[in-house]
Amino acid sequence: MKKLDYERPILNKVNAGMPDKFGMKTKTATLSHIEEHSVHDILKEFGSPVYVISEPCIRKTYRTAHKAFSTRYPRVQFAWSYKTNYMNAVCKIFHSEGAWAEVVSGFEYSKAIENGISGDQIIFNGPEKSKEDLERAITDGAMIHLDSLDEFYFLGELAQKLDKKANVALRINLDAGIYPRWDRFGFNLENGEAWHALNRIMLHEHMELVGLHTHMGTYITAVSAYAIAAGKLADMAVRLQRKFNHSIKYLDLGGGFATKNTLKGAYLPGADTCPSFDDYAEALTSALLGSELPPDKLPLLLLETGRALIDEAGYALGSVLANKRLVDGRRATVIDIGVNMLFTAFWYAHEVMPTKLNSEQTENTTIYGPLCMNIDIIREAIQFPLLQKGDAIVIPRIGAYNMTQWMQFIKLRPPVLLIDEDRKIHVIRKKESFQEFNAQENVPKHLK
Amino acid sequence: MKLKRNVAVSENGFLFNPETGDSFIVNPIAKEILNYLKEGYDIEKINQLILDRYEVDLVTLEKNMEDFLKMLQHNELLDR
Repeated sequence: MKKLDYERPILNKVNAGMPDKFGMKTKTATLSHIEEHSVHDILKEFGSPVYVISEPCIRKTYRTAHKAFSTRYPRVQFAWSYKTNYMNAVCKIFHSEGAWAEVVSGFEYSKAIENGISGDQIIFNGPEKSKEDLERAITDGAMIHLDSLDEFYFLGELAQKLDKKANVALRINLDAGIYPRWDRFGFNLENGEAWHALNRIMLHEHMELVGLHTHMGTYITAVSAYAIAAGKLADMAVRLQRKFNHSIKYLDLGGGFATKNTLKGAYLPGADTCPSFDDYAEALTSALLGSELPPDKLPLLLLETGRALIDEAGYALGSVLANKRLVDGRRATVIDIGVNMLFTAFWYAHEVMPTKLNSEQTENTTIYGPLCMNIDIIREAIQFPLLQKGDAIVIPRIGAYNMTQWMQFIKLRPPVLLIDEDRKIHVIRKKESFQEFNAQENVPKHLK
Repeated sequence: MKLKRNVAVSENGFLFNPETGDSFIVNPIAKEILNYLKEGYDIEKINQLILDRYEVDLVTLEKNMEDFLKMLQHNELLDR
């Protein structure tokens, strides 16, 4: 006789409270396959944990975003934000779709060059640009976005020595009605700092002002903020035209578009509150087209959105290491994906999905990572099914920042896989090895 | 180890503890175990009955059983 399917016995206390008018569905979603590949097979072949990136998803998302803007504004250019995910294979997918590169360090600049991007298609942002970085950028004709007055002087000096004109844009921080207001990057608009800096750039013999740039924040769900920012940059461009008869080549509205991940503390899931690319595009382009910018000389609209283009395409695959019971009776499940490889767990309540369900039963569970460190919490509280040691789990929407902000802490970094458009799996970054890591160190003679 | 006599377990897995006023929901296998406990079976016997009926190995069952009994104790549902 065939035996019955087993699931562990559970006892769930009934907590009667006020009914929730935003009541969410309680059914646990499962994910057994990624781009036709079974999660079990992937884990069996490449080990656990492992990152998986879907090339079809990247291309689809990019095309959706590009279409949303290019159907509303005649001149649109995306620049791939390297810091969001600088796996070379990922960057090359974006470049093959037509994206330029947006980099924030000499290291990222080198990566962009290695990935076949010419200097005049590199936007060089960020507070730190070394002498060598700036000299290379000036020579290559890259777009250098100034972050401070010190950088203005430094760049001017270097351009003069090289006897070249640097392509310069000004990073501007402004009040677009959102909180927090990022004022640490660039020059402030409202207090006149930005206009003062623009005047100095315009009068500098070795600088050519090519653009105006703002990047208001991250995970911005208020599309109206983009309309306000676009309007303010457009006004600034018109003012430059009036005073210097100078047409700037582009307005760079940065990034910061939200994704469907849910922020910690949010009442509704991100999937319900995240604006679409069309929502962002409509607000932003309407403000530009409705501004005083001359219709026959519209500047190029540059966008550096990173998170919204890649988050959906990334998955972290792992396994259950152990189940425990906490003192207050809560369930604790330890998985092999920790904050060392899932940095975004610090600000997102990531969805954690089993690959299959034996029943609809769930328990209030805290999900911990594998690190011997108290901060290693993936979810503080989640209604989670009754998984056993060794069961596979998938954390979706992790494509942004996790493969760049990852830490070599306690464990080595896992491999990164890419599933291409023909559904073929490629290892795009090898699993780190002890030998490679240890080779970086040097023990002084007296300690050998 | 025995379930308290005044703890009621309904047909569809609803459990009520009149001493504390707490209510609980259990899954079908837990209901089965509770009924065995009520009848006074010892843990070894219950384990054997579950092993005979379900697709599970002894180690997994023992781990899960220990956890379940801990929860019963935590919620004051067992006789001391």
